[in-house]
Amino acid sequence: MPANLSVRPSVRPVRTTRPALAAVARRRALHGWAYAAPTAVLVIGLFVIPVLLVGQMSLSDWPLLSGNQGVNAPQNYLDAVGHRYFWDSVVFTVKYTVIATVLLIGLGLGFALLVQESSRWTAVLRTSILVPSALGLASASLLFYALYSPQVGPLSPVLQTLGLADGPVTFLGTPDSALWSTVFLVVWRFAGFYMLLLMVGLQGIPHEVLEAARMDGANRWQTFVSVTLPLLRPSLALCTVLCVTGSLLAFDQFYILTKGGPDNSTLTVVQLIYNVAFQGQNDLGVAAALSIVVLVVLVVVNVAQLRAMRTGRED
Amino acid sequence: MATHRRASARLVASFLAAGLASTALAACSASDANGGTQEAEVTAEGVDDGTELTLWTRAPLEQQANLLVEAYNASHENQVELTVVPNDDYVAKVGAAAGSDSLPDLFAADIVYVPNWVQQGLFADVTDAVGELDHADQINKGHLEGGTLDGRQHVLPFVLDVSVMFYNKDLYEQAGLDPEQGPTTLAEFSDHAKAVDGLGGDVSGTYFGGNCGGCLVFTWFPQVWAGGEDVMNAEGTESLLAGDAAQEVYGVWQDLVQSGAVGEGSKEETGATWTGPFLEGEVGVMPFPATMLATADEALGEVGVAPIPGPDGGASTFVGGDGIGISKDSEQADQAWNFMSWLMSEEAQVEVLAKNGDVVSRGDLAENEYSAKDPRVLAVNEIASEGRTPLAINFQQAFNAPGSPWVTMVRNEVFGEGGAVETDNEEITAVLAQ
Repeated sequence: MPANLSVRPSVRPVRTTRPALAAVARRRALHGWAYAAPTAVLVIGLFVIPVLLVGQMSLSDWPLLSGNQGVNAPQNYLDAVGHRYFWDSVVFTVKYTVIATVLLIGLGLGFALLVQESSRWTAVLRTSILVPSALGLASASLLFYALYSPQVGPLSPVLQTLGLADGPVTFLGTPDSALWSTVFLVVWRFAGFYMLLLMVGLQGIPHEVLEAARMDGANRWQTFVSVTLPLLRPSLALCTVLCVTGSLLAFDQFYILTKGGPDNSTLTVVQLIYNVAFQGQNDLGVAAALSIVVLVVLVVVNVAQLRAMRTGRED
Repeated sequence: MATHRRASARLVASFLAAGLASTALAACSASDANGGTQEAEVTAEGVDDGTELTLWTRAPLEQQANLLVEAYNASHENQVELTVVPNDDYVAKVGAAAGSDSLPDLFAADIVYVPNWVQQGLFADVTDAVGELDHADQINKGHLEGGTLDGRQHVLPFVLDVSVMFYNKDLYEQAGLDPEQGPTTLAEFSDHAKAVDGLGGDVSGTYFGGNCGGCLVFTWFPQVWAGGEDVMNAEGTESLLAGDAAQEVYGVWQDLVQSGAVGEGSKEETGATWTGPFLEGEVGVMPFPATMLATADEALGEVGVAPIPGPDGGASTFVGGDGIGISKDSEQADQAWNFMSWLMSEEAQVEVLAKNGDVVSRGDLAENEYSAKDPRVLAVNEIASEGRTPLAINFQQAFNAPGSPWVTMVRNEVFGEGGAVETDNEEITAVLAQ
């Protein structure tokens, strides 16, 4: 990319000889490379090489403790797809992604609309919704691990005192309750973040447009559906991409809260990768094959999402 | 597009270290292919010349490791620097280091992982040096066997941890039970638990790590052994956990769960807090790690200790804990051996471990001045020499891993409908036999 920019200098001195011209072009090319080099080094060092390495691992027999034992393609991919929890984890990850994305974008948008208008409580509200975002996901998960704990957690007694529950509540004890308890944590942790993103989007919508809609006699709902939402599309696209990608890669919260339990009902794909690599099977080859599968899926999902958003805008 | 790149970069970044590391290892394991691991040239005493040694261990044994290292450093020229790693991260950390040839001089490993790690060549061969030790024949057999491959020895016991029944004497008294008499059969254990549970309030009869394969192995295997049956065949390739004694054990626990005598949270307990409720005085009786004796006494006053019984009596224990060996990467094997050799000395075993109320690794030291003071410690020491260490190459995957077939089996039998013992047992065998 940088090379293309520099071979055609936009301003050409009128009276220059050919060799001099070539020298200028060469110098500009060098400048271009120099500017691009730091980024290129980072991308190559932190993305291209690791991906190639994972690719190589995925094609090799590669136990965690004894290293590369030579090529065994495509055995790792067959093992990965044939793993006894592969399809369960895929289904669960997709289910979790759908729930998390719908809730986060919906609530984020709701909060954004709520705090966008200035009233005396706005500042307090904004802050209180945003504060959880300052906490790391792992710390937040640990906090909720304690809150949910049947031994020391205060939530279960509180619910019982309020008469909302008959007996002790087991937040992480059944597949459904474990899923929803984790979803609650994630919503608590991330709703503020998406609220912030969507608020910026909302503030980017010109007042004139909204006023014009009102003068045309549109009610609040019509304005929201036909003016605000379409103009918010870029922000929504960004949020959806972030949220879907983040949820498909969910790991920390489940690793800390449920360890994939109870009975492997909350095992996400990334957790499966971790388990295969470090928790028993200790097989980096199969784990790498799973990683490559996830990578490909993510690329496809993201391209599809961005394309869908773009076509929408062109309409 | 930037988003997915970042996200996927994060995904693969976690493999970078291990990946780069393993490339380097490839060369080394190729050269080792013929001769097995390299023979460390060591003498009975090793060398004490002021070398800095590194030692890794996992968090559950932090207390003992600290005491041992302090005592060694105080009396030797060599200085050991101890690194304590969280339990769940230990395998990953050792794996990454093994790949990059950067293992510490010495490292401890959960004894049930040792056969696998020895097979992978992580430990140096110390057979000859062990043979030179005065008390070689007194060292705990289970641990030595775990570190033996093709007749060559690689590890010595670092800290033994055996499972015993702990009971809360105060709660026993309140429940009208004899505080000096622990359960001698599983039926009695069940009665005691139900009696204590009857006290109500925050108190429950018993507790266990219902979602923690490691805890279940450690506390339930002895009940099967005490019932006179095995959990695996001798080679560790076939599971025998569908046997009669095993089924009786599941039955006792299922009954306890259904009668509500098991503490809240047992079903979800992944092992992070499985010892917590007992130490808070909220549990009557449960199989417990004997290494916690000092801690439990501190928290509860004197706790009761009894061997883990089988369905109809008998007694057995799981001799767990960590074995220690010199790593394949150590360039200071002679100095590292000095630490290992000292570990087996009376000074380390009695003046450090026994003094702290821990189990000694040498049978001839079971009766010592500290165990003489506390009959419970003596009892634990005697149990330990009778105990067993189950050995299998794929132990971690079959039993300890989250969601392992063993965890599935126990949960089906104890929390679920039950009746799937045979099929679940075949799953365990399938993993063991890989």
